[in-house]
Amino acid sequence: MSEVTFKEVQVGDSGYRDAVAEERLNSERMALNVGPSHPTTHGVLRLMMELNGDLIEKCEPVLGYLHRGDEKIAENMTYNQFVPYTDRLDYLSPLANNVAYAIAVENLAGVKVPERCEAIRVMICEMARISSHLLGMGVFGMDAGAWTPFMYTFTEREKLYTLFEELTGARFTTSFTRIGGVARDIPEGWLQKVSRFCEELPKAIEEVEKLLTRNRIFLDRTEGVGVISSSDALAFGLTGPNLRASGVDFDLRKDKPYSGYEKYDFEVPIGTRGDCYDRYLVRIEEVRESLKIINQLIDDFPAGSWYAEDAKKIFAPPKEKIMTSMEELIQNFMIVTEGPQVKPGEIYFEAENPKGALGFYIVSKGGGVPYRMKIRAPSFCNLSILEKLAPGHMLADITVILGSLDFVMGECDR
Amino acid sequence: MIDKDFIEDLLKKHPYSNVKHQNDCLTLSCPAQQIIDLTTELRDQQTFDLLVDLTAVDQGEAVENRFMVVIHLYSCIHHDYIRIHSDCTDNESPEFPSIHSVYPAANWHEREAFDMFGIVFTGHPNLKRILMWDEYPYFPLRKEFPLAGIDVPLPADDVVEVTQASVEPAPMMGGPFVSSGQGFMSDAEPRAKDESWTEKKEKPV
Amino acid sequence: MVSNEVAYNSKIEGEVIVTKADAVVNWIRKHSVWPMPMGLACCAIELMASAASRYDISRFGMEVMRFSPRQSDCMIVAGTVTYKMAEVVRRIYDQMGDPKWVVAMGACASTGGMYRSYAVMQGVDNIVPVDVYVSGCPPRPEALLDAMMKLQDKIGNEPSTSRLLQARNTSMV
Repeated sequence: MSEVTFKEVQVGDSGYRDAVAEERLNSERMALNVGPSHPTTHGVLRLMMELNGDLIEKCEPVLGYLHRGDEKIAENMTYNQFVPYTDRLDYLSPLANNVAYAIAVENLAGVKVPERCEAIRVMICEMARISSHLLGMGVFGMDAGAWTPFMYTFTEREKLYTLFEELTGARFTTSFTRIGGVARDIPEGWLQKVSRFCEELPKAIEEVEKLLTRNRIFLDRTEGVGVISSSDALAFGLTGPNLRASGVDFDLRKDKPYSGYEKYDFEVPIGTRGDCYDRYLVRIEEVRESLKIINQLIDDFPAGSWYAEDAKKIFAPPKEKIMTSMEELIQNFMIVTEGPQVKPGEIYFEAENPKGALGFYIVSKGGGVPYRMKIRAPSFCNLSILEKLAPGHMLADITVILGSLDFVMGECDR
Repeated sequence: MIDKDFIEDLLKKHPYSNVKHQNDCLTLSCPAQQIIDLTTELRDQQTFDLLVDLTAVDQGEAVENRFMVVIHLYSCIHHDYIRIHSDCTDNESPEFPSIHSVYPAANWHEREAFDMFGIVFTGHPNLKRILMWDEYPYFPLRKEFPLAGIDVPLPADDVVEVTQASVEPAPMMGGPFVSSGQGFMSDAEPRAKDESWTEKKEKPV
Repeated sequence: MVSNEVAYNSKIEGEVIVTKADAVVNWIRKHSVWPMPMGLACCAIELMASAASRYDISRFGMEVMRFSPRQSDCMIVAGTVTYKMAEVVRRIYDQMGDPKWVVAMGACASTGGMYRSYAVMQGVDNIVPVDVYVSGCPPRPEALLDAMMKLQDKIGNEPSTSRLLQARNTSMV
């Protein structure tokens, strides 16, 4: 990979001029600092690069500009209090983070949520995936020089925001799950609105595809750029669409199904070459697969309870019950003051988030507060390959590579 | 799937490792010196080719081995995780062998564990802070470190000259409400974790 | 009936307007605020949303988002300012040309918000002077637009001319 790119940079044909050019190319190293405030870094990533002409020789990412101490904060509050902080990890798909966190703590506490609750969770997860990939594609187009797809995808995202708002009360800091359930049942008529959105979305995706997928400029900038081999991808711990684009069939929704994912019929799109273009294609296909899952859910949405009714020490009952019954009032008081009571032990749970596998490793010594919580952020691992991937590419390629990796600094730095 | 034969076989080959529990996934304990040997075997022979997570746990100052490194591996064949617990040798200046040569993904995870706990990973190619700035003197995820933080100067001198800003403990009053969960009802009531310094509670040096 | 016509008539007055210098300078300034999006965290997504299709900040003459501080007038600090980032925020502020304004968007930038921890600066006003604070975590795009209109009002009342003269005098000495 690196040699091919290098040959293209050789200046002139032969003789003296060539020799001079090569000497110049090889003699002058330039140190270039990109970020932490730079449009291509999608947040506050900083890259310290060593350039040889236009070629990147060394690239060292510097992180931590958004390190907010989430893991320390988690040790100081009860399990339910931490839910709002999970919104702000991967702030492009907060609902998926909420769900991953709730399932992790439930596995630790040994709580099983009813079918309707699982269905709600799957539904919001897939909607979060769509919204994250929509932004990912739009911004990726923008990084490659195409402004219009961003506007198209954002129009669809706004529709999703409206749906989220009706369900959770907030546009994207949703804090929707609780340990042992969700904050509330889905409102009346909401499913019909989702169904209408599912009808409109494919048209919008087609329009974005028309603008990008066979666009000559876009192809030239993305094809064969930033190739990650499957062995490299595994060695550096990549997950999610970035790993699948490299040809590894790894999707936790299929491999280790959680929240009832085994009930739904969907495909896992896999790339062949592992370049930036493949990563884009995989995301587009994933949006279609998510739509499939949502449509299956709408057709047959399970009835029943939407929270674990038997988990008396975990889930605070709905407001109307607290106001009318003494037992529920006490239950609510205990959960608010002492937190959901969880057994001592440890758990590692990973969910297939839009960016990759979001993992929570929780050590509990009993009680309502975790002893230690480690958040395994997919963006953190996905970015670690940059040190190996960037050298050998042109400086202009770095924007496309970063855009295709689709990372979020909020969860990377935590 | 991971079955009994697999575990027995593994324990026979690596007598130093023990099964701790299998609540959510197979959890092994392994001495720090053998960690490279064990992970290499798991990667090459047992298809655990994805290092999903490497982190550390501070067990508290009272425990004999204070710092424990926790490694999570995933196998795309078994579709399951394996967890390895391994204690660091020294409590004052903890050390642990780097498994960066086995899994390149460990590079940043180890830097993070160093940043947050001060565990030195021997053999690591580029061991420096990753989340906090280089000059930061403390290790934030150690149990004795307060959530609010400790006074230190900001790293940029010229900015400090103009703004007089510095790293100050965050105000905790009205912050996250936490209950001690034990004792009388009045003690167990949730209250803000106040870590600000008052005349009653003096600032630690 | 109330007449909408302005008293000024260009035919008679000879295309000359008499007004205060401040009014002219401020009028120009407040309708051409170029923001510098200091997108740090979650709020940056709402900042993008306010620039995108539904909310469309260009209705207020502010769509020219410049990522170079040299070309912008108003820094929108959108997101959590950590101590590690504080230095960078201040440097970028210093690089902006006068006159310049700062909007602290969201709870984190205003006060540290829900992140009371060892790594987070408790409000960006520790390092840069802030003109408008926006509440919310994150604020809705409407809230940001409202803040920008408040900023326009503020710009409209500034003693710009005397400041310009003062700046010229000090630079001549």
